[in-house]
Amino acid sequence: MWTWFYRLASPPFVYRTAGTLTPWFMAAAAVAIGYGTIAGLLFAPPDYQQGDAFRIIYVHAPSAWLSLFAYTTLAVAGAIGLIWRIKMGHAVSAATAPIGASFTLAALLTGSLWGRPMWGTYWAWDPRLTSELILLFLYVGVMSLRAAFDDPGRGDRAAALLGIVGVVNVPIIHYSVVWWNSLHQGATVAKIGKPAMPGSMLWPLLAMFLGFMCFYGAVLCMRLRGEVLNRERQSAWVREAIQS
Amino acid sequence: MSATRAMILVVARELRLSFRRPDQLLQPLVFFLIVTTLFPLGLNLQLSLLKDMAPGVLWTAALLSSLLSLESLFKGDADDGTLEQLVLSGHSLTVIVIAKTAAHWLLSGAALVLASPLVAIALGIPVAAFGTMFASLVLGTMTLSWLGSIGAALTVGLKRGNVLLSLIVLPLAMPMLIFGAGATDRAISGMSPAGALYFLGSLCLFTCTLAPFAASAALRITLE
Repeated sequence: MWTWFYRLASPPFVYRTAGTLTPWFMAAAAVAIGYGTIAGLLFAPPDYQQGDAFRIIYVHAPSAWLSLFAYTTLAVAGAIGLIWRIKMGHAVSAATAPIGASFTLAALLTGSLWGRPMWGTYWAWDPRLTSELILLFLYVGVMSLRAAFDDPGRGDRAAALLGIVGVVNVPIIHYSVVWWNSLHQGATVAKIGKPAMPGSMLWPLLAMFLGFMCFYGAVLCMRLRGEVLNRERQSAWVREAIQS
Repeated sequence: MSATRAMILVVARELRLSFRRPDQLLQPLVFFLIVTTLFPLGLNLQLSLLKDMAPGVLWTAALLSSLLSLESLFKGDADDGTLEQLVLSGHSLTVIVIAKTAAHWLLSGAALVLASPLVAIALGIPVAAFGTMFASLVLGTMTLSWLGSIGAALTVGLKRGNVLLSLIVLPLAMPMLIFGAGATDRAISGMSPAGALYFLGSLCLFTCTLAPFAASAALRITLE
């Protein structure tokens, strides 16, 4: 049963599989995001409190979810690379970091754009915004650490270790930020809870989640191919793959 | 030689080395004083308003000045080859990391705690809150030393590791800032700081049990 696991460690296999998967992910993402956008922007009813401004949730929430998902991927792939010494784990980890950081940035930007009409300010020290910001710092730390080493192998392992340390810390950071906010009695922030959504609002949101996941999968596959080519640039199969 | 004996020797060596260079010991403390001076000057505050900001200022300055000394945790020993000898000594690297980090805390964190009353009086923190301030600083700087040992171990081989070290450690240290400043804040306003102190204590225990393993794994990666 472990053969599939070992095959994942082979760079040509990863390169080819990622190439095969990319168009499928792209097509699924286009369908889901297309449906989510049209249904979310045109057909979902405006929120009774927030009016049309709530529609930014269709970008904001999936981005925020993927920022965490990508960090988990980074840490798990790094751990696989560190524990079983599978180089492709590090390649996945390296490929996912900039995507995750971009989603974090997207979540922060859309969050602050949403905050302007809702809270009257672009930035509130809301627990979720703050922990998202710290998550961005963690991403930057991992990426800078990987880049700081001259020897890529060492950089990979150091970044993987930092990713694991970070993933242990993310819940601690999140809950301490929540606690800190309750200490300062969150004066400005009316917390946006999860109101029960009617289906016409919820379905486009779920479609957007799915679409963003597929989009992430597609971008990850594309970046992974580049990463694998770069890492294996000395080997014969890369020369063949490029020439063919 | 038992592990305890090795630990004591490493701690004693670290202490002896840094007492021979007292300027390195004092510089982070002077930095601590300077940073806390910057805030009242820059904010142009009255003492009554300053009191509200005091815990945050004190804690931010404490975090920054402990970061200064973190870089030297493994650097000197890595540069002159002592660290490799320690790795080869046959003792668990984790034990050595624990000893070095404990010595580092004695030289940076404990010194910071001793210097904190000066800053606290200047910032208008009432004497009644000093007990909580001491307790929170002891626990917080200890946690920072443990977390910092991971960062220092990851950046030990790098030429410009100092900025990167801050970039890595500061986000991880934010819970300490929240609970440390929170505990001091509550003590100043007369509420019970117990909750925040318990959190700090648990963070300290948590990092103390896990960080040495992570730090020794990091050292193995960067040294090999």
